[in-house]
Amino acid sequence: MSASPAKNTKTQSKMMVTDEVVIEISNMNKWFGHFHVLRDIDLIVNKGERIVICGPSGSGKSTLIRCINRLEEHQKGIIKVDGVELNDDVKKIDKIRSEVGMVFQSFNLFPHLTALENCTLAPVWVRKLPKKDADEIAMKYLEIVKIPEQALKYPGQLSGGQQQRVAIARALCMEPKIMLFDEPTSALDPEMIKEVLDTMIELAEDGMTMIVVTHEMGFASKVANRVIFMDEGQIIEQNSPKEFFNNPKSDRTKLFLSQIIDH
Amino acid sequence: METKYSFVRKDLVSEQPPPLTQVGITGWLWRNLFSSMSNFTTVTSSVQSILMIILTIWLLYFCGGQLISIIDFAIISAVWSDPDGLKREVCATVKQGGDLPADWYGACWPFIFAKKKFLIYGRIPNEELWRANLVYAGLFVGMGYIIWEKGQGRKWVGLGMLTLFPVISLILLTGANFDISFNLILWTGILLIVSYLVGYFSSRNYFGEIFEQFSILFNFLALILFLFLALLILFSIDYGLAPIDTLDWGGLLLTLLIAITGIVASLPIGIVLALGRRSNMPIARVLCTMFIEFWRGIPLITVLFAASVLIPLFLPSGANVDKLLRAVIGIILFSSAYMAEVVRGGLQAIPRGQYESASAVGLSYSQSMRFIILPQALTHVLPGIVNTFIGLFKDTTLVSIIGIFEVMGIFRAASQDANWGSHVQHATSYLVAATAFFIFCFGMSRYSIYIENKLSRDNK
Repeated sequence: MSASPAKNTKTQSKMMVTDEVVIEISNMNKWFGHFHVLRDIDLIVNKGERIVICGPSGSGKSTLIRCINRLEEHQKGIIKVDGVELNDDVKKIDKIRSEVGMVFQSFNLFPHLTALENCTLAPVWVRKLPKKDADEIAMKYLEIVKIPEQALKYPGQLSGGQQQRVAIARALCMEPKIMLFDEPTSALDPEMIKEVLDTMIELAEDGMTMIVVTHEMGFASKVANRVIFMDEGQIIEQNSPKEFFNNPKSDRTKLFLSQIIDH
Repeated sequence: METKYSFVRKDLVSEQPPPLTQVGITGWLWRNLFSSMSNFTTVTSSVQSILMIILTIWLLYFCGGQLISIIDFAIISAVWSDPDGLKREVCATVKQGGDLPADWYGACWPFIFAKKKFLIYGRIPNEELWRANLVYAGLFVGMGYIIWEKGQGRKWVGLGMLTLFPVISLILLTGANFDISFNLILWTGILLIVSYLVGYFSSRNYFGEIFEQFSILFNFLALILFLFLALLILFSIDYGLAPIDTLDWGGLLLTLLIAITGIVASLPIGIVLALGRRSNMPIARVLCTMFIEFWRGIPLITVLFAASVLIPLFLPSGANVDKLLRAVIGIILFSSAYMAEVVRGGLQAIPRGQYESASAVGLSYSQSMRFIILPQALTHVLPGIVNTFIGLFKDTTLVSIIGIFEVMGIFRAASQDANWGSHVQHATSYLVAATAFFIFCFGMSRYSIYIENKLSRDNK
């Protein structure tokens, strides 16, 4: 990303972190059967924060963000999203899911619908927008992710990078307060990774609250205001990207960083 | 060194006609017939080729022979008319008292023409046939319009065919004017009002939090009661139509009625059962699984016997549910169990990511099923669904064993007519029945292939 200094200052002001808490996780635990996947997770996310979660595979990163919109259920502790506590109340969960956008590693677009229909489905049926307004919003976001010309194509006709950008547009069409990214670039070719990351960077510059599980350390150091390192279901270390990369505190983090930087 | 490999084409190769094995009639014959039997390069392939040649010749001989004998039976040797009203004698050989040579074997079409009304309508009285004709006309026009893709408002026509048409047809065919007790109507009405009010007030939180969750249930109950009440009233009105006993319905009319009712009802019930069997709620899952396994575990003949013989024993005296209705309900429940398993197969083919992303954008369970999961699942299993439909269509012939005269039953009854007794009577009947079933089943099969192609074209 080569941004002009003028744009940088403008975006810097937009990328300000506010004091408003949007996600509050305290003492959260989760088990898969006997396996203790998440252990005593405490995390507070303020509005406007860009958080990158990294760590070795199996460390519970994905499970953690999937708990935030309750694709996974937690067994102990409290998760509050936008002031609402997550429990078994289906209505509350649907409400929160409509406020929290999610982008998956494997895109998960609806293959029987066009890109545009993928984007308008939820606004029409969840937000109850008229079809025409939903179409307008969808086209707006498809333009933001730079593929308006693919609107009438089916996901099977798009490349991986294009599919992932449609998936981002689909999430944005609900005008969510928080965006969750679950390894959004892991299934992509190197060339396509860039187009998806560029889209995410623009999103961050527009002030979106984002939690991103990724191994893209370049993205983390450029965009994140906080990096969280997880291992064995626990948060081992969290810090600003500068401190995290240059001056890691724990041995586990040092080992992890040395491994990913060596390659 | 480099110049050694350099090459520049001087004269371009112009387009040349393809070899004879690629195009035209010869190409078609080659691809479909000779390519598999003309490889003599090795011993193995020579043996294969020779075996293929023998098999092909034998198949051509066998199929050709069958085809010729059917054409001979149905057209060339057949007796087409009975100008003198001879009935039996027109299709009888010299020995049997007719004029035909002793080794004559052909279709006796005058017999079919004479039984035409019987085959199409059953024993509906002649002066009431216009009612059955109206139902036929509505059915074919409506179905044709739904299949015709350029038709305006096909959705509404389809909805009408699913809701209004069955009610009107039943009124036309039965004559309505049923003796429905006033008490039943009154109590249904009272229950309707009560459940509507409970639903209305609980959705506005008059009875506290717990009831709010049940408001949908009460609204649903009210809707069902409303429809039931509407049907009760509609069927108790005197339209001035003479009553026709359902046991007088028969032939093609009855076959279509049973098959279409079964097909239309078993799909939604099957979908609900399949969703229930995959549900997270243990009670729903167990109930649906039990239902499916029970109905899959008993043969259809048993179901029909139970419907016609056993059920009346358990009903309180005085209560009488129509025999045809019992049989149709049996068939619907039976085929919906099969349908449920077909649909479940489709549901299992949908990757988990589809469920997750549908939830992640905020769609509720019913919305994600309706817009995301079912459209994909049903497309996947369309061949299986149509398979079940065709099976159901053919299974309708079994109702003839409990004294309901659909096409096969009518043919069997018609063959008993001594006025037409001849040695070709049965063969002619079965030829017509087979043709009728083939037309409908083959039609369904082709239409499903067309829809499959259309859907896969849309998605690519």
